[in-house]
Amino acid sequence: MNAIFKRPDSLKDTITHFCPGCTHGIAHRLIAETMDELGIADRTIGIPGVGCCVFLYNYFPIDVLEAPHGRAPACATGMKRAQPDKIIFAYQGDGDMAAIGTSEIIHAANRGENITVFFINNSVYGMTGGQMAPTTLLGQQTTTSPYGRDFKSEGYPIKMAEMLATLEGVAYSTRVALHSPKHVNQAKKAIRKAFEMQINEMGFSVVEMLSTCNTNWRVSPLEALKMLEREMIPYYPLGVFKERTGKDFL
Amino acid sequence: MAHIVIDRDRCKGCYFCIEFCPRNIIRISQEHNRIGYFPAEFIEEERERCTGCKTCAVMCPDTAIEVFK
Repeated sequence: MNAIFKRPDSLKDTITHFCPGCTHGIAHRLIAETMDELGIADRTIGIPGVGCCVFLYNYFPIDVLEAPHGRAPACATGMKRAQPDKIIFAYQGDGDMAAIGTSEIIHAANRGENITVFFINNSVYGMTGGQMAPTTLLGQQTTTSPYGRDFKSEGYPIKMAEMLATLEGVAYSTRVALHSPKHVNQAKKAIRKAFEMQINEMGFSVVEMLSTCNTNWRVSPLEALKMLEREMIPYYPLGVFKERTGKDFL
Repeated sequence: MAHIVIDRDRCKGCYFCIEFCPRNIIRISQEHNRIGYFPAEFIEEERERCTGCKTCAVMCPDTAIEVFK
């Protein structure tokens, strides 16, 4: 009788502070499993943004740098330039990356920094109480858009993965979802690919993960998974938007 | 023959495992755990029906499930 599935070595035995059913926990586990498989856990540095992901240092037995709000790609740039042999990943939410840190992520991607960014898109500001984020869907009710988001006053939701894929420095840009076993397995392959891009020095890689926030969506965890499939995926299509196969930028 | 072990005190009761188990051999416990949730529990009587497909463990956000085969 062998264990065919257990907690990866790169994930600490700490109980997470996430709400029940939060898919942040799945994303954390996938990253830890990938670090184990690639054997890079001893030379990886994680840089979480501000948000629910901020306690990343409690869950991974790796070095972690806390970045100011939205500035994780900028900190990752400095870290990678100072220590090019290390594997650097930033882990950001949508309020952190798509609102406050928009300029940092766009310029880090445009410079083609050899870092990996994991982008958790749950369409609200999770930690601060469910305010409207740039990725909030049209018509979605949040605490700061109680009548639903209206494009006339708040604009349209940003599609970050597509937007970053247009930049020349980006080697890999993809969007995955975390709402079913099939999609979780696809997400793991995307995370592995993103780390491999960095190991092979191909350039900037970003994985957008559609995630749930059942607390701020005011639904049960299971209903949140169904809402993700029903409402988010039609607007945020899944797929690979850019994948560089060789070092053609040189 | 396969079976799973659910860490009662890690489980926060999202019940993703119950939703996605293809054999329906996980249920909600009658007793709450140390952090106050009613955790999922493996139905030991149905142990022979577990195929070790890992679907429950893949979906568990709290990494509370170990699968043995």
